[in-house]
Amino acid sequence: MPDQPIAEQLAKGQREISISEFFTRNRHLLGFDNPARALLMTVKEAVDNALDATADMKVLPEIKLAIEQLSETRFKVTIEDNGPGIVKEQIPNIFAKLLYGSKFHTLKQNRGQQGIGISAAVLYSQLTTGKPTRITSRISPKKPSHYYELNIDTKRNEPVIAKELEVEWEKDHGTKIEIELEAKYLKGKQSVDEYVKQTAIANPHATLIYFNPEKEKVEYLRGTNQLPIESKAIKPHPHGIELGTLIKMLHDTTSTTLKSFLQNDFSRIGSGTAKGICQQANLYEKARPAKIAQQEAEALFKALQAAKVIAPPTDCLSPITNNILEKGLRKEIQADFYVAITRPPTVYRGFPFQVEAAIAYGGELDKEGQVRLMRFANRVPLLYQQGACAITEAVTDNNWKPYGLQQSGNNLPAGPAVIIVHIASVWVPFTSEAKEAIAHYDDIIKEIKLVLQECGRKLATYIRHNVKNAEQKERIGLFEKYIPELASSLATLSDEKKTVIEENLKKILKKSMSSLLEENGVVNDKEKK
Amino acid sequence: MTKKKSEEELKLLGKKIVSQVEKGKNPEINFTLRNLSNIVYDKKSRTLKLGDKQATRSFFNVAHAKKFLQTVEVASIIKKELLESGKHEHLRGVFYMAKRTIPGTNVNIVDDQVESDKAIEDLEVISGLSREELHVSANKMGSMVGSIILEDSGDVINCAKLGRGGYSVPSIVDEIKFNKVDAEYVLYMEKAAIFERLNEDKFWQKNKAILVTSQGQTTRGIRRLLQRLSEEAKLPIYVLCDYDIYGAYIYSVIRYGSIALAHTSDRLTIPNVKYVGITGDDVIKYDLKRHLIKLTDQDMARIKQVSEYDWFKDNKDWLRQFKMMKEFNGKVEIQALSARGISFISEKYLPEKIKNKEFLE
Repeated sequence: MPDQPIAEQLAKGQREISISEFFTRNRHLLGFDNPARALLMTVKEAVDNALDATADMKVLPEIKLAIEQLSETRFKVTIEDNGPGIVKEQIPNIFAKLLYGSKFHTLKQNRGQQGIGISAAVLYSQLTTGKPTRITSRISPKKPSHYYELNIDTKRNEPVIAKELEVEWEKDHGTKIEIELEAKYLKGKQSVDEYVKQTAIANPHATLIYFNPEKEKVEYLRGTNQLPIESKAIKPHPHGIELGTLIKMLHDTTSTTLKSFLQNDFSRIGSGTAKGICQQANLYEKARPAKIAQQEAEALFKALQAAKVIAPPTDCLSPITNNILEKGLRKEIQADFYVAITRPPTVYRGFPFQVEAAIAYGGELDKEGQVRLMRFANRVPLLYQQGACAITEAVTDNNWKPYGLQQSGNNLPAGPAVIIVHIASVWVPFTSEAKEAIAHYDDIIKEIKLVLQECGRKLATYIRHNVKNAEQKERIGLFEKYIPELASSLATLSDEKKTVIEENLKKILKKSMSSLLEENGVVNDKEKK
Repeated sequence: MTKKKSEEELKLLGKKIVSQVEKGKNPEINFTLRNLSNIVYDKKSRTLKLGDKQATRSFFNVAHAKKFLQTVEVASIIKKELLESGKHEHLRGVFYMAKRTIPGTNVNIVDDQVESDKAIEDLEVISGLSREELHVSANKMGSMVGSIILEDSGDVINCAKLGRGGYSVPSIVDEIKFNKVDAEYVLYMEKAAIFERLNEDKFWQKNKAILVTSQGQTTRGIRRLLQRLSEEAKLPIYVLCDYDIYGAYIYSVIRYGSIALAHTSDRLTIPNVKYVGITGDDVIKYDLKRHLIKLTDQDMARIKQVSEYDWFKDNKDWLRQFKMMKEFNGKVEIQALSARGISFISEKYLPEKIKNKEFLE
């Protein structure tokens, strides 16, 4: 038996694990689990940030992305935007401190939601290459450009500034990030190339210039000058919060009484409702929120869940909108037919959301095999975990045969088509922190099915018409082929010249083209009395 | 002479179509409709004929185009390859002459002999020329034996001296000449086996008969031959068939004509032909009941169908035969008579029935 109690021995090894350390050991949770995905995640976080930054400034995004291959396994990602830039003091925190950001505390439709994104890429870079991440940023032509080389102190989750300079930069405002990392460049459905292309489809207001590792320049030019509808931050809806969030809100609030806290910090709670909730939870209206956080939060939580309140406002959402979505699709996918539909906003569990879908059909799309499904959440392409996603479930659950596509069992339909589904929400329910698949909420699946069916009906009309057109063309073609045969038979039969007969027959065909096209199906020998 | 006439007739058809084309009209061919809806039983002549319904087949019509092409193609083949050279060809040969793929498509002008056969039948209706006049022949499937001397393509044939096989009747019999006929009637039978029996027994010598057979349904050539023997040699024609609905229908076709060849009934039907057997009465008289073969559902359905044909529905004698058939729930083959002795048919059955004029009409 050792002299020291076991608990004390154990205590020597027990210490706080910083979030950075946690990430180091669990990087798969954030999507950095293999070199190919790490490259994609880095590009994804950087592009998302760039698009959000330009949206904040209400400018049309001009984004340059370059991926250079430095050695077999080492890559450098450079991304440059024309956003508002970042004030000097904030640069180290934003890029080299995990869970730092403004997005986490508000309910607003944003690309990122946790603020873990870009700093995770910085950390991954540091872990795999030991190199600092380089940032250049400028907020105004009147102010200088700042250049930083940053590392993360993984124990304390604090930025370490390796270098800090004022530099010359040709941009008036914007941010440039250079990250080196161990990675692997792949092609295909889950590649960076695909991510950039799909981003261009969902963000037709952006121009994306992309230099791939093969040093090819791919330009995705802007398809519309219309800025997306601005999304607004909303307060939480009483039905849409969790106990932990409620406790945090009670702590952080500036309201001094419970009733005013309910009225001020939630949407859809007026004086009467606030009173009712307090009574239901058996709490004083004038109680201090911070005090309740410690003792009676659970009772309050139950009362909030049970309260009869109208659904949250839905004007906070920013759908791509059907016209713009169709433009995005048209400029990147060569097809014969396009349809895009945006559903009216609705609510799941107290969170407003809105679903859009688009279908491209025919043209150069592959006729063999299943359709291509492109999933988007708040304009961000979702490339991984298709099978686990509610969007996939809604697509495969739908019966596509009546809409003119092949389908065997509950699989994705087959045919020359691309199906796009976009879900916009202040809080997209992902199945994991890697944000790759949407959780299976009945309300969401139902909305997706409805929008797909609406698109499907338009598609079915087109296919019916289109197939008919093709048949008609074939008919005319057949007559063209028959004519020389008939002419030569007639020439033999009548001892007249073949060429003359053939020419005359061709003239008749030309003349009667329209009436031939109108004929439907098989007409039997006409009977005359 | 006929050959020249046929050639001119087809050329005229070609010229008519070409002149429509010259005028910028959708070329069309008019002809009497040949499907069942236009088959009528003409009570006066007691034959099946085509009605008055006319069909128009035009080229620039999705449903007609191919048939139109087939008809014209077959007509041109017949004119150029057969009539101009004076040669004859079988239906099968015409099919192969017409069969080819239209360049740039996967469409054949004809895919199946049924199509070219139909085109030829259509052409008969359109041009008013018979298949024989178009120099198209069918497989020969018939034999003849008896005291008749005929001339075919310059050869003189004595049908009394052709051994067990007899004269093999060609598909086209129009040019055969009857040089000398020394017979009192013609006996046509559906079974070649019976023909051989009667020939071996020298039935035709003893009874001054001409024997004719074609296996199963009577071919067009045999029907034409029987009609000529009836009309030109003025011989009565007797038909010997199984006692079943199909035997009855074989008689019916010889007498009234068939649906498929209603357009050329005049050249094929024999209004005074008589049915000699087998009958339901024979079954009782000659004790053939134990040789009855049970009727199938198909037989029953066909009996009902035939009983309702215009040319049967008022014929009490035949309806009685059908009724007996149903009462027996059975049918009997001619060969069943062999149970009474191998030459019972030639020595007793036929001579007695013909002598006693036990015929059905």
